[in-house]
Amino acid sequence: MSTLKTLNGNQTIAEAVRQIDPDVMAAYPITPSTAIVETIAQFRADGLISGEFVCPESEHSAMSVCIGAASAGGRVMTATASQGLALMWEMLYIAAGLRLPIVAAIVNRSLSAPINIHGDHSDTMGARDSGWIQIYSENSQEAYDNFIQAFRIAEHLEVRTPVLVGLDGFIISHSMEVIQVEDDQKVKEFIGEYKPVYPLLDPERKMTVGPIDFTDYYFEHKRNQLEGIENAPSVIEAVGKEFGQKFGREYGFFEEYRMDDAEVCIVVMSSAAGTCKDAVDELREEGKKVGLLKPRIFRPFPYQKIAEALKKMRAVAVLDRCSSPGAFGAPLFTEIRNALYDYDQRPKIINYVYGLGGRDIMIEHFKQVAAKLERITETGKVDEIYGYLNLRE
Amino acid sequence: MKKESWKELTIGTINLDAGNSVKNLTGTWRSGRKPQFIKENCIQCFFCWLYCPHFAIMVEDEEVKGINYDYCTGCGICSVECPTKEKAIVMVEEKIELAEGSKK
Repeated sequence: MSTLKTLNGNQTIAEAVRQIDPDVMAAYPITPSTAIVETIAQFRADGLISGEFVCPESEHSAMSVCIGAASAGGRVMTATASQGLALMWEMLYIAAGLRLPIVAAIVNRSLSAPINIHGDHSDTMGARDSGWIQIYSENSQEAYDNFIQAFRIAEHLEVRTPVLVGLDGFIISHSMEVIQVEDDQKVKEFIGEYKPVYPLLDPERKMTVGPIDFTDYYFEHKRNQLEGIENAPSVIEAVGKEFGQKFGREYGFFEEYRMDDAEVCIVVMSSAAGTCKDAVDELREEGKKVGLLKPRIFRPFPYQKIAEALKKMRAVAVLDRCSSPGAFGAPLFTEIRNALYDYDQRPKIINYVYGLGGRDIMIEHFKQVAAKLERITETGKVDEIYGYLNLRE
Repeated sequence: MKKESWKELTIGTINLDAGNSVKNLTGTWRSGRKPQFIKENCIQCFFCWLYCPHFAIMVEDEEVKGINYDYCTGCGICSVECPTKEKAIVMVEEKIELAEGSKK
């Protein structure tokens, strides 16, 4: 039976880990994901989980342990944040290149310098080309649901690609919410038994994992690797539907909020989408036809579906919780603007960077964005494509 | 040797053809010098065999017999490690034969 529990985001992830009980969990504690690791260690000490818990000397080593354990044939997970993810960097690419279905809970947080422990998306956005599937969560419930689905997606035979689930640092990781925790047995059934492909611990089969490729094979192997993430969309969709049938909360590539008759749209991911929903409600009461599109899957980027959802808008503002120095707009914006290029009918589109280092984004800020979009629809002109929200000028 | 397309490769760079590095003729890396084995100076210490990074020292009946130039990269480690006063392996110049058509 599912139960309602009052948990913060970190405890919610740990709760899912307890239910899934992976073979190996390797993690180095880092604020603010420390509590995930701490709670898992407690569960292990209390005998609530049977998997191996390894606490190595760094995140680089933690991901290395994950790669070794997954190569050996185990179901493997880790958790980290910010600098911890940055330290995993080179191993992230190896996990993806070896097509190991590792699942990571990433508490989204800014990168130094300056040192800052608060929430933004700089960490995972920096890892966007590492080959990992990326799922973002609006609240703890979504983080729990996404984390469970992540195993099914990663381990699907046609995908076999690592998945990271993002939840905003502090805003989700440390905020208490009432979570519907599903029945242990039902979660185990949903996840199913893990069947590794080509486990290294197979005495009957000699093999090499991670051999050297020269100029004559590297390119082919990298192209071969892409198959996993390119096969992911249909699996993500099917798993999201099945999760809905089983637990009553269905998931797709993104969520549309009051988009049916919307003329302008704000695109924003993760926890800020919750605030944006309230802003949209208030704006609707004022008669403004504003909608929200909240991407859930960032890699593989559902470019066609998002373009279809946005093409009829008159103006769109894409909000990124990270900057992309020197690029023409931040990551989410460049993806969406690119996705719309082939459409004859397409909206005017602008980009805002918001919330770096945990800077608050409030209803009034979304209203500023909506007002800007209204001006664009009235004048048909975009004066500034790229801007910042709630920044002291 | 026919090279596979990306579709024919095993998932995750897994190589199921164990020991296939013998197909990689590292001798083609040699450029300008090669080791020469001088049998009468050899004391059969096996240092060259131990240090050779490409297993290019040929051993038969527990005796060092010479160098397999299919795999020898000409790095010279064997010659450096050879402990005899009069070296049993010396590096000599090797003329590179250019392929037909590339000669000027």
